[in-house]
Order: sequence, then C-alpha cells, then structure tokens
Amino acid sequence: MSLKLEPNFHEPGKRYVRAFTPGDDFYESLIETHRDLSDEQSAMVNARLILLLANHVGDIAVLREAMQIARAGV
Amino acid sequence: MLRTYEYPKYPYRQPPEQKSGGTGRHRVVVVGAGPVGLAAAIDLAQSGVAVVLLDDDDTVSVGSRGVCYAKRTLEILDRIGVGDACVAKGVSWNVGRTFFRGAEVYKFKLLSQPDHKRPGMINLQQYYLEEYEVRRARELANLDLRFRNKVRAVAPRSDGVVLEVETPDGGYTLQADWLIVADGARSEIRRQLNLEVEGKVFSDRFLIADVLMKADYPTERWFWFDPPFHPGQSVLLHRQADNVWRIDFQLGWQADPDQEKRPDRVIPRIKAMLGEDRKFELEWVSVYTFQCRRMADFRQGRVLFAGDAAHQVSPFGARGANSGIQDADNLCWKLKLVMDGRAPDTLLDTYSEERGFAADENILNSTRSTDFMTPKSATSLNFRNAVLGLAGDHPFARALVNSGRLSVPTILTESRLNTPDAAAFGGDMLPGAPMDDAPIEEEGERSWLLDRVGNRFIALIFVDDPASVGPAQARAMAALASAPIPVEAVLVSPTGGAGPPGLRVWLDRAGRFAERYDTRAGTTYLVRPDQHVAARWRAFDAQAIGAALARATRNAEP
Ligand SMILES: Cc1cc2nc3c(=O)[nH]c(=O)nc-3n(C[C@H](O)[C@H](O)[C@H](O)COP(=O)(O)OP(=O)(O)OC[C@H]3O[C@@H](n4cnc5c(N)ncnc54)[C@H](O)[C@@H]3O)c2cc1C
Repeated sequence: MSLKLEPNFHEPGKRYVRAFTPGDDFYESLIETHRDLSDEQSAMVNARLILLLANHVGDIAVLREAMQIARAGV
Repeated sequence: MLRTYEYPKYPYRQPPEQKSGGTGRHRVVVVGAGPVGLAAAIDLAQSGVAVVLLDDDDTVSVGSRGVCYAKRTLEILDRIGVGDACVAKGVSWNVGRTFFRGAEVYKFKLLSQPDHKRPGMINLQQYYLEEYEVRRARELANLDLRFRNKVRAVAPRSDGVVLEVETPDGGYTLQADWLIVADGARSEIRRQLNLEVEGKVFSDRFLIADVLMKADYPTERWFWFDPPFHPGQSVLLHRQADNVWRIDFQLGWQADPDQEKRPDRVIPRIKAMLGEDRKFELEWVSVYTFQCRRMADFRQGRVLFAGDAAHQVSPFGARGANSGIQDADNLCWKLKLVMDGRAPDTLLDTYSEERGFAADENILNSTRSTDFMTPKSATSLNFRNAVLGLAGDHPFARALVNSGRLSVPTILTESRLNTPDAAAFGGDMLPGAPMDDAPIEEEGERSWLLDRVGNRFIALIFVDDPASVGPAQARAMAALASAPIPVEAVLVSPTGGAGPPGLRVWLDRAGRFAERYDTRAGTTYLVRPDQHVAARWRAFDAQAIGAALARATRNAEP
C-alpha cells in the first residue's frame, strides 16, 4: 500500500450529495477537538493524535512517506 | 448616486385605506420589498392571489450587498419572470481560484455538467436584482406595491393580523389573513413579537469595496489567503456588471470601522493589490461584521418569516439572498393551497421545517467557511496553513481548502412531504431534491425542463414511445388533472412524436433527463410546484400518485 493522497474522508452509513461535505465534517471535528485549549495543550493533543493515527495505519512504509511529505517544504 | 448606477425613486401614493379612513382586509400582506419579499409577492400574485407589499423606502438596496446569485436562484427567478433580465445584465462565471501567499493552490468549477439553461453563478449588484423584481411586480395588476409604507406595529390574531402602517400622510390600519415578514436582518417585527434569533456573531470585520475599473482579469472568483499585498488576512475579488469589481478585505476585529472606510485608508489597500498603475474609482465602501443565526420557528400562526428576517449567514458562500429567495419559492405554493382550502393549515408548518433544515445547512457551511478563513487560535491557523501548504501538490488537501462553499440548494431529504422510494434509483433526484435541468423539445419547439415545470403539480412519465401508451392508461394519466389538486401528466420520451390525445409529450433531446433522473420505461416522477421531487416510481400508478400528492400537501399523514 502507498500513502493515499486523494480525498478519502467518509463515514459509514452517510450519503454525501456535495463532494466537499465529508472533508468539511472532518475538519470541523479536528478544530473542535482543540476548542478552549492552550497552545501547549493543543500541541500535546496533536502529538497524541499522530501517535494514535500512526498506530492505526500501522504500515511503517506508508508512515515514512507521510512523514517525508509533511516535513518537505516546511 | 453612483457613477454606474442611478437609484430609481419609486412614487409614493396615498393608500386607499388611509384616504377612505377604512380598514382594508387583504388576503396576504408582505412586509419588505427586498429581494425576498419581492419574490414572494410576485410568486403569489402570479398564482392569482392578490397581495399588498409594503416597504418603508422608495428605492432599491443601497450600496454593496449581494453579488452572487446561484443557479437554483436563477431558476426561481425564471419562474417569477426576472431570470432573463438578471442573466442578461449579470456576469456569468463558473471558475473559482484560491491563492495562498503568492501561489494558486486550488481551482474549482461550479457546474461540471453541460446542458443546463443557467450557469453555476452570476454576479450582479443587488440593486439591479431588486430593480428587475420591482419592474416585474409593477406589471402584475393584483400586486399592490406601496413604497414609503413603514409597518410600525403588528398584532397577530387567530384568524389574521392587524398592522399599523405609517406613510408620509400619517398612520393607517391594515388587516391581513396572512402576513409574510421579509423585513431583513434587523427585523423590527421579529423584535416586537419577542422572537429570538439564535446563533453566533463572528469577531471579525470586513472592508467591502466596489471599485470601477477597466481590467482584463478573467470572469472568475479569486480568493487569497495571506496575500503579500494584505498580509495575514484574506481578500476576495469578484467582477460585477458595468465594470464594477467587488473587493472584500478581511480587517480583523481590532479595525476601526469608521477609520477604515475613509478613502485615504481604502485606496492604498486597493493599490497594493492592483498595482500603482491601475486606474480605478471607488463606487462604494462599507465595513461589515457577519453573523450566522436563525429563528427557531419561521412560522408564528399566521405570521411567516422569510429571508434575512428568519436567518442570516456570513456572505462567504453567497447563501443570504439565495436562500431567502428559496424560502419564497417554498412558501408561496403552500400558502396558496391553504388559503384556497385545498390543504390543511399544517402544510405551512412544513415551510418552517423544510426551510429551517435548509437554513441549518447554510449556517453550517457558512460557519465552516468563516472558521477556515478566520482561524480563532494559533492551532487553527496552523492547521489552516498546513492545508493550504499541502494543497498545491495533494488533492486531498485541496478538497479541504474552504474559501466559501458556494450556494447550492438543499436537498430536503428529511421532509415529511416526501414519499420514500420503494424502488432503487441512481443519481441525485431523490425525493426532496430540487430538480436538475435538461434540454427538452415540445412540438418542435426547444426549451428547458425547468421552464416547463413548476407552479403546479406535475407527473413526468418516461416512455420509450409516446404512441405506445394505451388508451386506458392515457385516460388515467389525463384524469389526474381533474383532481381537487390537479396534477398535469406529461410524457417524456427519447424519441418524441405524438402521444395519446390530451397528453403533452416532451422530447428528451439530449438524453439528459434519462441520465439525470435514472429513468427506464415507466419511471414516473411527481414534482411539486416549487420544482422539487415529491415521489418517484418505476411504473405509472395513478393511486400511488394520489397518495403521494395527499402526503405532499398534508391531506394525508403517512
Ligand atoms: C457585503 C454583503 C455581501 C453579500 N453577498 C451576497 C451574495 O453574494 N449572495 C447572496 O445571496 N446574498 C448576499 N448577501 C446577503 C443579502 O444581501 C441578503 O441576504 C438579502 O438582502 C436579504 O434579503 P431580504 O429581502 O430578506 O432582506 P433585505 O434585503 O434586508 O430587505 C428588507 C426590506 O424590508 C424593508 N423594511 C424593513 N423594515 C420595514 C418596515 N418596518 N416596514 C416596511 N418595510 C421595511 C427594508 O427597507 C428593505 O427594503 C450579502 C450581504 C452583504 C452585506
């Protein structure tokens, strides 16, 4: 498997009429997760989130690809 | 007066009730001749209901307000007779580009499919839209449009409403069976009736400038995040009619609105954006803050709220006037059926249900856009910039870029007026959906599906060959027209040709109807007067149509 870079957000049982909706649903939850946190707390939440998602993905080759893209151009 | 536009001054005439000292009783009074009140009054008058429309002013919308009118709104404007004027004057566009700092990161197209009568969007100054609506309103003999009639007080009764109105000649009293309130975001009537609007105000200010210039930029929507000429904020550029360009500068909450409106502040901002050499003149400048909020219920007995009075959104998505005109579209046929005694009063509750559902969707999308554009914390800003930074190379990130999810109509999936599908269908024309357009032809004359449906219930029956419809079926189809709520049956066919006597035939001349409505021989759609799908089946069944019609008008509960 290689890293997915096409839009991939979806939720079981949901039918989307507008292509932008699933991505916007995700983004809203992401921002909501950080509501009322200090910058320091937010940084910690982000770190934990990355660890959780990385374990979920599991495939270290895929994770390396993501880490590389994330780091390039910063 | 603007350089490119002279505000019309409409005549005031003393109202007959005031002259005679009597209290007139009217079937419907509409308060507010903005885009929404005008649309509602025209729609009702066209359907044969006499209407009085009251407005406190004697001209159209002043200054920079609505710009973008979406395809669905244009289709409604077509139905009320102002679509052509708006499209002829407006600037049609389909492409939007988004830039981050110096570079383009995302480009979208509003309408990817061909064969729709109307474009994805037109840009037109709001005063033109209102001017064309007023012109149409004044053509209708049963529409009594009264300028400089300010509603002072409203007293709801169980069987109607009493209004106190003020004119240059003093006050008078009016009675109405039904009142439509379209008096705008600051609705005085809403306040008087102690009705709340709930939601949030965004702590941000925007400088909205209309600029007259000759420029050969393409007719596209351009949106910048953090551009070099306005660092840290966003900017939006839009072309309108008459070479007037709309520029929105995000200013931040700290900005002083009075200072920012001064030409010596505005002009350098514009020069930084357009370059020192570009010649331009300022048409209008204002500073706004925006909010997203709605009333809990758009109906209070015999008082019905529509447009900004009922709900407000931030303009990034152009969902304000667009959704308000869709309110009028939803309300008028229901009100007429109730007034004519052909549907129970509870049909009007579904106006609030359906348009409240749409308002929630509009508020959700406008709020998300505003949150993306104006991040509220360092973390949000980081995520936003991360998305923009990845968007140039990676499609998934482009899909997350939110510079405004532009007005598309709500599919009323949750409506109790829909009859759920009993068979499987592909595509988007599910019960509750506003209809997609398609090119058709009738007796050799080319036209568009949406120009032919609306204003009444219609059953569209797809047949391979109209001549093959047997006489008994043809009679059953034609008989729908003589029900208490008539349904006109129309055959739609890929081959055209004559059908049985008494039935119209529409040729699906580009095959788009078959494609968009996922039809097979026998597929039947029941369509509401507001061009929304009420029900659909795989075979024609007069009884099923009767049941769906009763459900769509609340003459029967499921
Ligand atoms: C900067 C900006 C950009 C926008 N861009 C867009 C866009 O691109 N697309 C879009 O769809 N929308 C846009 N909007 C929103 C749009 O302008 C509003 O949604 C629209 O005007 C609402 O129409 P309305 O008829 O409900 O109310 P209004 O236009 O506010 O009309 C209300 C009318 O009622 C009258 N009135 C008020 N009180 C009384 C009274 N007591 N008695 C008699 N008459 C009364 C007023 O004089 C007025 O004529 C924008 C708004 C702003 C500010």
